[in-house]
Amino acid sequence: MHIHEFNGKLLLKNGTILDPFNNQEYKSDILFEKGVIAEIGENLSEAGMDKVLDASKMYVSPGFVDIHVHFREPGNEIAETLESGAKAALAGGFTKVCTMPNTSPCVDNEAEVLAVYRKTAHLPTDVYPIAAITQGREGKVITEMAILKRAGAVGFSDDGTPLANGQILRNALEYSQITGNAIINHAEDPELRGNGIMNEGLASTQTGLPGNPSIAEETMINRDIEVARFTGGRLHVPHVSTAGSVDLIRRAKATGVHITAEVTPHHLSLTDEYMKTFDANGKVAPPLRTENDRKALIAGLKDGTIDAIATDHAPHVIDVKETTLDLASFGMIGLESAFGLIMTKLYHEEQMPLLDIIKKLTINPAKIMNLTLPEFKVGEKANVTVFSADEWWVFSRKNVESRSHNSPFFGTEMTGKAKLIVKDNFIVNC
Amino acid sequence: MNLSIKHLIGLEGVPREDLDIIFDTSFSFREVLERPVKKVPTLKGKTIVNLFFENSTRTKMSFDLAEKRLSADSISFAASSSSLSKGETFKDTIKNIHAMKIDAVVMRHPTPGSAKLLSQFVDAVIINAGDGTHEHPTQAILDMMSIKEKFGDFKGLKVSIIGDILHSRVALSNIYGLKTMGAELMVCGPPTFMPKGIEHLGVRVTHNIMEALEWSDVINVLRIQMERQGKSLIPSLKEYREVFGITREKLEKIHKNLTIMHPGPINRGVEIDSEIADSEHSIILHQVLNGVASRMAILYLLVGGLK
Amino acid sequence: MQFKEKSKMADAKDLNRTLNRLAHEILEKNKGSENLAVIGIRTRGEFLAKRIADKIREIEKKDIPVGVLDVVMYRDDFRVKHKLPAVEVTDIPFDIDEKILILVDDVVYTGRTVRAALDALIDFGRASKIQLACLVDRGHREMPIKADYVGKNFPTADDEEIRVKVTEIDDEDAILLVQRIEE
Repeated sequence: MHIHEFNGKLLLKNGTILDPFNNQEYKSDILFEKGVIAEIGENLSEAGMDKVLDASKMYVSPGFVDIHVHFREPGNEIAETLESGAKAALAGGFTKVCTMPNTSPCVDNEAEVLAVYRKTAHLPTDVYPIAAITQGREGKVITEMAILKRAGAVGFSDDGTPLANGQILRNALEYSQITGNAIINHAEDPELRGNGIMNEGLASTQTGLPGNPSIAEETMINRDIEVARFTGGRLHVPHVSTAGSVDLIRRAKATGVHITAEVTPHHLSLTDEYMKTFDANGKVAPPLRTENDRKALIAGLKDGTIDAIATDHAPHVIDVKETTLDLASFGMIGLESAFGLIMTKLYHEEQMPLLDIIKKLTINPAKIMNLTLPEFKVGEKANVTVFSADEWWVFSRKNVESRSHNSPFFGTEMTGKAKLIVKDNFIVNC
Repeated sequence: MNLSIKHLIGLEGVPREDLDIIFDTSFSFREVLERPVKKVPTLKGKTIVNLFFENSTRTKMSFDLAEKRLSADSISFAASSSSLSKGETFKDTIKNIHAMKIDAVVMRHPTPGSAKLLSQFVDAVIINAGDGTHEHPTQAILDMMSIKEKFGDFKGLKVSIIGDILHSRVALSNIYGLKTMGAELMVCGPPTFMPKGIEHLGVRVTHNIMEALEWSDVINVLRIQMERQGKSLIPSLKEYREVFGITREKLEKIHKNLTIMHPGPINRGVEIDSEIADSEHSIILHQVLNGVASRMAILYLLVGGLK
Repeated sequence: MQFKEKSKMADAKDLNRTLNRLAHEILEKNKGSENLAVIGIRTRGEFLAKRIADKIREIEKKDIPVGVLDVVMYRDDFRVKHKLPAVEVTDIPFDIDEKILILVDDVVYTGRTVRAALDALIDFGRASKIQLACLVDRGHREMPIKADYVGKNFPTADDEEIRVKVTEIDDEDAILLVQRIEE
C-alpha cells in the first residue's frame, strides 16, 4: 500500500460509478481538484491534468465504511495503533472506520474521544470513536452520553462484554434517545456462553472444545429486541452469527422496532468446521457457526434484515494466538481481507448485485452511526474507492498493514480487490 | 509393517490397517510382561519426555513403565496448566524441552488441540496421552485390545459407552476406533451429558440404561467426575447411581453376561458397584495390563524406526 | 531387492537326513535328553526346532520342551533398515533355569540374530548351557559366534543368499541358493 498527498487535478477516466445514494450505476469520468469533486461527466478533457488514471475496467464506489474495528491504542499498541489500524483500513478500501471503546483505558470519557480524533487527523482515514455504554465498561453506570456525543462519539457500546443487566440496557436505550445514537450490545448470555471456545454442535463434539451454543446469542438478542421495543430506543446488533438471530431481527424489524444489524466477513465465509484445524485464529466471539447459519446470514443480507457488513477487526499479537485454545484470545484481523471475501462470497458465489453489496459497505453502515458521506456531486469532498470485481489474488501477509497477523485467511484465494482510494487530498494505492 | 501415521494425536482418521498392526504388536509385547525380566532393549538410546500438564496417575505410570520396559531414557515433567498460564507460555515450555534433543513427547494437557499444536512446534514424535475432552487414543487402543483379546473380532460386536460422554476424551477415541474396526456403538447417559450431534458419528443414543444393557455385548463405563459437577448437569451422585449406575439389580434383569470395562479410576458405588467391577465378567484389570503392552507397541512402532 | 533361484542345495529327503543327524549329534554331545529343551528362532527356526524335538522324542521315547523366540525386540539393525520389522510373539512355555537349551535357526550368517537371541534368552532365566544348531552356515560372520551343530556348510558370495523352505509355511522342504538381480 502507498499513500501520497495530492493537491492537483486528477482525472479518473471511464470508471463505472456505483452510486448507492441514487441507486444508480453508470460509466463516467470524475475530475478531482484539491480534494474535491470538480466535474463529473463523459469524455472529460485530459488537458491540464496533473494525473490521469484509466478506470475503464474498474468500479468506483464511495469509500467503504467499517463500523466495527478494534484498534488497540491506548493500552496495547504492540498489537495495533490508531495509525496502523487506519492504514490497514486503507489497504482494504475503507476510508471511514468506527473504533470500539474497549481500549485501556477505555473510551468512556470526553478526553479519550477527542484523543482518537487528534491522533488520526493527519491520516486519510476518518476514524470515529464509539464510546462505552457504561463507565469503565463495567455494566453498572451509563456514561455521559451527551458530552461524549458532543466530543464526537458516534455510537455507544461495551463491545466484548455483553450488557448482562437488563435494567442497564433499558437505561441506555432510553437515555441515548437524547443523543440519537445507537446502542450496540455484544449479545452473548455470559452463563450460556460459559467457557465456550467454538460453536456448540457436531464440530465441537468432534474437537472436544467447549461449546458456545447459538442460544447464548439468541436469548440475549431476544431480550435486547424486547427492551428496544418497550423503550423505543435505537438498538444495533453487532456481528450477528446465527440463523435464529436473523429470524429474531427480521421479525423485530417487521414489527417496527428501531433495530439494525451487521455481519462480519468471517461469519459469511467460514463455519465451525474450520475449528477442526485447531487454529486459534478461528477463535472469535461470537464463534464461527454452521453452514446453515452462514446461509441464513447471507439470506438476511439479501432481504435487508442485516443492514451492514463490518469486520470486527480484532488484532492480537502472535503470543496470545500461538498457544493452547483455552488461553488464546478471541478475534481476528479483518480490514485487509474483508472486501476480497465479500466479493468472492457474495458477488461471485451468491450473485448479489454489486450495488446492493456496496450499500452494505457504505450508506447503510454510515446511517447506523449517523455519518454523512460525500456523494457523487460537484463540490463534494473526494471519498471514493476504486475496485476490480474480477481480479484474482491470494491473501497473504504482505497484504497486511495491521501490526498483527492473526488471520485464518492467509493463502485464501479471492476474486475482487480494492485498488485505489481518492480521499480528500490523498491518493492511496491499496 | 510401518504405520501410515507419524504421530498419535487421535484415532479420528487412523486407518484399520494401522490399528491391526498396533493390536498385533501389542499382543507380542504382552508376552514380555509375563517374563521374569520384563525388559527388552528395543528403544535403547531413545529419549522420551512425558509432559503432564494435568494430573494423571494411571496413564503416566503406564507410559513410564512402557518406556522403561523398552529401555528408553525417559524423563517426566509435571506442570499444572494454571502455572503455565501465569508464567512461561506453552510454546516456550515446549521449545525448551525440544532444545534438549528428544525423540518423542508423550503429552497430557487439559486443552483440546494441544497435542496437534505441539506437533507443529517440534519435530519429535508426538503421542497424545489425552488432550482435554478431545481424544485419548492410547486408552481407546488398550480398550480395543482388551475387547479383541476376549472376542477375537470386532465385526458386529455391540459396545455401549455409558456416562458423561460430553466431557469424555475416552468416548470419542473409542467411537472413532471401534467404528473403524467394524463394531456397533451406543452411548448412554443423561441428556446433559450428551454432546450435540453425537448421533452423526454413527452411534446410537439412548437415555435409557436398560435399553443399553439389553442391546450390548460389552459396556464401557465412564468415570463420573465430581469436579465437573459445578455446572449442575446432574442433581446428585446418588440419583446418578440410581438411574445410570451399573448395579447387580440392573444386570440381573437382562439375563445375559455382559463384559464390563472401565477406564479408571473407578468411583465405586457411583457409576458402577464394586461387586460388578470386581466380578468375573469384568476385564478392568486386563485393560491395565494391556495398557502397558499397547503403549510399548505404539512407542516401538512410532519411535523404533527413527534413525 | 529381487532374487532368482540359482540352485537347489538340498531337497526334502536331504533336509530330513540332515535333521536326523543333528538330533543324533545333540543327544550324543549331551549324553541323552536329560534337561534338554529346544528353542527355535522365528520364523523358520521355529519349525526346524519342532522337527528336531520330534526326532529326539522318537529316539529317546520322551517329550522335551519346545519354545519359539522372536528376536526383533533385541535386534541392533532395525533402525538402519527401511522397514520396521514386525514384532511377533515369543512363546517359551517352560522355565529355562538349569536347562540345556538348543537354539535352532535356519541359516547362520552375520551372527547378529544369534547375538540378539542370546540376549533375549538371558532375560528368561539362567540356562545351564546354550548350544546353537543351524541347518546352514553360509559364512560372513560379523560376530564371534560359532554353531555347535551345523547341518550344511554353504559358503556364499556377496550377492547370494540361502533360502530355507519348510512345508509348514512354504510349498516344499528345500534349501535354495538364490542370487540378487540388479535392477
